[in-house]
Amino acid sequence: MATDVHRPVTGTPHRGDTASQDTRGSADTTPAPPAAPPGTSDPTVVRVAGLTRAFDGRPVIDRLHLDVRAGEFVALLGRSGCGKSTLLRILAGLDRDIEGTALVPRRKAVAFQAPRLMPWKRVWRNVLLGLPGKPERGVAEHALEEVGLGHRAQAWPKTLSGGEAQRASLARALVREPDLLLLDEPFGALDALTRVKAQRLVDELWQRRGCAVLLVTHDVEEAVLLADRVLVMEDGVIAHEQRIDLPRPRDIADPRFAALRTGLLERLGVEAPPAPSTPPPKAA
Amino acid sequence: MSISHAPPQPAPDISGKESDRAPSPGPGPGARPELVALVPTSSRRARVPRWLRRTTGPLLLLGLWQLLSTTGVLTSDVLASPETIARVAGNLIEDGSLTSAMGVSLQRVAIGLLLGTLVGTGLALVSGLFRIGEDLVDASVQMLRTVPFVGLIPLFIIWFGIGEAPKVAIITLGVSFPLYLNVYAGIRGVDSQLIEAGESLGLSRWGLVRHVILPGALPGAMTGLRYSLGIAWLALVFAEQINADAGIGFLMVQARDFLRTDVIVVCLIVYAFLGLLADFVVRTLERLLLQWRPTFTGR
Repeated sequence: MATDVHRPVTGTPHRGDTASQDTRGSADTTPAPPAAPPGTSDPTVVRVAGLTRAFDGRPVIDRLHLDVRAGEFVALLGRSGCGKSTLLRILAGLDRDIEGTALVPRRKAVAFQAPRLMPWKRVWRNVLLGLPGKPERGVAEHALEEVGLGHRAQAWPKTLSGGEAQRASLARALVREPDLLLLDEPFGALDALTRVKAQRLVDELWQRRGCAVLLVTHDVEEAVLLADRVLVMEDGVIAHEQRIDLPRPRDIADPRFAALRTGLLERLGVEAPPAPSTPPPKAA
Repeated sequence: MSISHAPPQPAPDISGKESDRAPSPGPGPGARPELVALVPTSSRRARVPRWLRRTTGPLLLLGLWQLLSTTGVLTSDVLASPETIARVAGNLIEDGSLTSAMGVSLQRVAIGLLLGTLVGTGLALVSGLFRIGEDLVDASVQMLRTVPFVGLIPLFIIWFGIGEAPKVAIITLGVSFPLYLNVYAGIRGVDSQLIEAGESLGLSRWGLVRHVILPGALPGAMTGLRYSLGIAWLALVFAEQINADAGIGFLMVQARDFLRTDVIVVCLIVYAFLGLLADFVVRTLERLLLQWRPTFTGR
């Protein structure tokens, strides 16, 4: 019902953009260069134009435009209720009550804030759920090993810790070999230490897989740490765009990092504290 | 697993000093807080196996009954003693009348249960999965289930004659409703977040039903099955006491005509044991099918 919907999520006639998604074979293997200048020949994996989603006549997303290139890591920031999760749900194909154009790859996967594992299936069966054909257990075990969870394949979800469950959910998304990985505040429910580890894991997986990632978050630091491009959503549109050209792996202590973070926080309406020595409020 | 309060033995030395004082409401400066030892669960739990603990209750009841009989509080024409009943049961088994009656009754329950399960879950699936099914089915079922099914026995006899059909029909009817209600509630109780996750994983409509909705409805279905089994025996008793020529109910009617309270009690005990057996079956099913449930399992 969702993943293999063709040129998903729109009623409007599509414009041949879908063909470009299949030409990204070379971009698949190598991670996109973080500092790639805009407007290169990178194929687009997400093309959203004039997208509107209204709840009871009140538009939450209002004629929004968004392009994501193959292999690009995009973070979507915004105050709560700004519609960023709605946008992600639309791109995931879970919300079809829309107007406008939204083109997404056929192969996409979502990891939600809650792991949403089926409690009645063992972890490896959860990972394989919904895959076409009859995939073997080894496929799931391979994906679980990638997230450091190979030894828990046989476990029931109720026996996993929060971090483990979230990693299992990530493995379930990655086993689909998506061209676009949608992450809906996947670290929001994790404790600070587990979150740092999970962020590193996502960074590694992205570098290895080379898929485009759209990360919805409200954590500015997380966005600056992981993304090539940070978007700030406001009043139903992308109100601000910030390229992050820092070399990876990124260092929170880097003054350029701090400057970017402060800038984005200001953009979100959080003023830097007057005393320069005090760290900004979002420090994890 | 459990954090318990003070152990039964006197706590170590600190309590000696503290107990001299009146229990002070707030710890004053320098006052030592009272320490309580946390006793590990293993030392608290009696090491009696589970099955033995479960049989203790009924055995105590039996002992009490024997005691009342031997002391003469219960006279034999009111209620025969367990001893007599065991003897009578032995006789009934020996001449084969009890075993053949049990065979007939079990068969009726099995057929009725099977049909009732099919009807109940079938209807629940239709109205649980589809909104149009809900509109068509649910109102009628809710209406019909308030009709006391025992009251339908005369009607069923007219419709189906006096053979096996009306008896099986009564059991089927009794079994269908609790299953319907619980399976329906189970389906509608499945977390919509999981359904969404299933959709995002690319499950087809049938895949969603098979991998998400049905497993999620299973706990409800099990509850329904429990109710249904109870009602199945109840319906059996009613059905067999009218116009039957075989089965445990028939044996009871016959015993009533000959004023044999001991035989009646034997039949009742057989019913009770069959009920126990049914409960055992459901428990086993639950243990096998619902082991994934992260729910409270008692202490």
